[in-house]
Amino acid sequence: MSLFDLFRPEASRHTALSAGQVVPDPARCVQCGICSFNCPINIDVRRHAWSGQPVHNSRCLTCGECVTRCPRGALRFEKTGLFAEASQ
Amino acid sequence: MTRHVVVGTGVAGVAAAEAIRSLDVAAEIVLVGDDPFGYYSRPGLAYYLTGETLEKQLYPYAADDFKRLNVRYVKGRATRILRDQHRLEINGTNLLAYDRLLLAVGAQATRLTVPGADLQGVLKLDHLADARQILQSARRAKRAVVIGGGITALELTEGLVAQGARVAYLLRGDRYWSNVLDEAESRIVEKRLKEEGVELVFHAEAVEILGRRGRVAGVRLLDGRTLRCDALAYAIGIQPRLQLAKQSGLAVDRGILVNEYLQTNDSDIFAAGDAAQAYDPLTGRSILDSLWSPAREQGWAAGLNMAGKRAPYVKSAPFNVTRLAGLTTTIIGAVGRGRDDDLVGIARGDSETFRSLPDAAVAQTGFDVNRLRLLVGKKRLIGAVVMGDQTLSLPIQKLIEANADISPIREKLLARDARIADVVVEFWKEWRTEIRD
Repeated sequence: MSLFDLFRPEASRHTALSAGQVVPDPARCVQCGICSFNCPINIDVRRHAWSGQPVHNSRCLTCGECVTRCPRGALRFEKTGLFAEASQ
Repeated sequence: MTRHVVVGTGVAGVAAAEAIRSLDVAAEIVLVGDDPFGYYSRPGLAYYLTGETLEKQLYPYAADDFKRLNVRYVKGRATRILRDQHRLEINGTNLLAYDRLLLAVGAQATRLTVPGADLQGVLKLDHLADARQILQSARRAKRAVVIGGGITALELTEGLVAQGARVAYLLRGDRYWSNVLDEAESRIVEKRLKEEGVELVFHAEAVEILGRRGRVAGVRLLDGRTLRCDALAYAIGIQPRLQLAKQSGLAVDRGILVNEYLQTNDSDIFAAGDAAQAYDPLTGRSILDSLWSPAREQGWAAGLNMAGKRAPYVKSAPFNVTRLAGLTTTIIGAVGRGRDDDLVGIARGDSETFRSLPDAAVAQTGFDVNRLRLLVGKKRLIGAVVMGDQTLSLPIQKLIEANADISPIREKLLARDARIADVVVEFWKEWRTEIRD
């Protein structure tokens, strides 16, 4: 395993955080509210999960607290598609 | 003006109210419920017990959400349905006329019937009132015993551990949740429980709960052993609430029978959620589902149909995500015993070896355990268990739901030491681009 393999999970996490947004899966969400409870910016992530809306809120820090703490794995990061892909 | 009456303030009832309102701005909607706490996240009660969230955080709806939806909320117990009069009797006295009625009354914990089950300190987890009781009892309980299986028993165990009690979890068989998990998965969960200090007692069947001065003091097992405890929590199953339906002559089986439009045998009465036994046109069977998401979907479908839109409810492949001893676990399709005839093989593996997916979809990661089990049919994936790292759970769910033809990778998956996570990822990348075209 090369050095790059060691850093790949971190690299993908960084990519997601810089160009990503929190995307809920309503089918997994049980509206427990732990996400909203832990949001440092007080975004109602739970409401987004009910409607299936990604968290577009520009105040979202993509800190990842909600994604990590969701007991049902209902949240994930996805690229917003706002930024052009760097050439391979 | 049409009046829709919804009995029950769980997610099925609320989803139905939203669906009706989405189609009919003028209709009157009345929600009747006897849970004094109204609408809250019942699955969230488990996390309230562990202290991960506060009681006040359990409510997805604020007071003005009901107002904005223009829903009238009546606290009361529905006692009788007077079908020919189209009236619902509440609290034995008041009569509420309805044009359409929805029974979203849910299910309740199967009661323990052994002697001593009515002692103080014998606990179950149905609703918020129960959760408060558990927290109260846990405060003074030094030792607690948990009886039961499946997810709720684990939630009770974790909750009691979090509240500082020493917990003994009694299992009737020789491993945890043996009808769904395979041996390795059971052992993973059990190991984590032991690490949390839970004592696991196998082949244990409780025959009597012992008491002192009206409170739980211990439990006697079939083999004669006795365990001391100050609290005993149980989760041995749930039963749909059928009294209202039965009393009014509606067709019931294990649940309230409904067609694919969530209609009972009375065309103006519908049922949805844990109480309903919904007809699945794909399999031709009527099935009970006791999960939050299907309850919401059924409630929504019922609401649409009540408001006059013919919207059949189509069940998606069985699917549940839960947390077992701290490990996020996704269970998709048919994974337990008594599976499909065309099951060809089972592929197991560690998903640590996978590469990241395209589009950097970063799901929950960072678990110390990552296991993947795929149930492989002749041409498709029949089921999967994704324990720990959740990166693959959505792609696999999509493949199973779409009945994707996995024959190109079947051999590879079933090969010895197959890196099944990698195989699935490669297949997924191709499959996605194919279906896009």
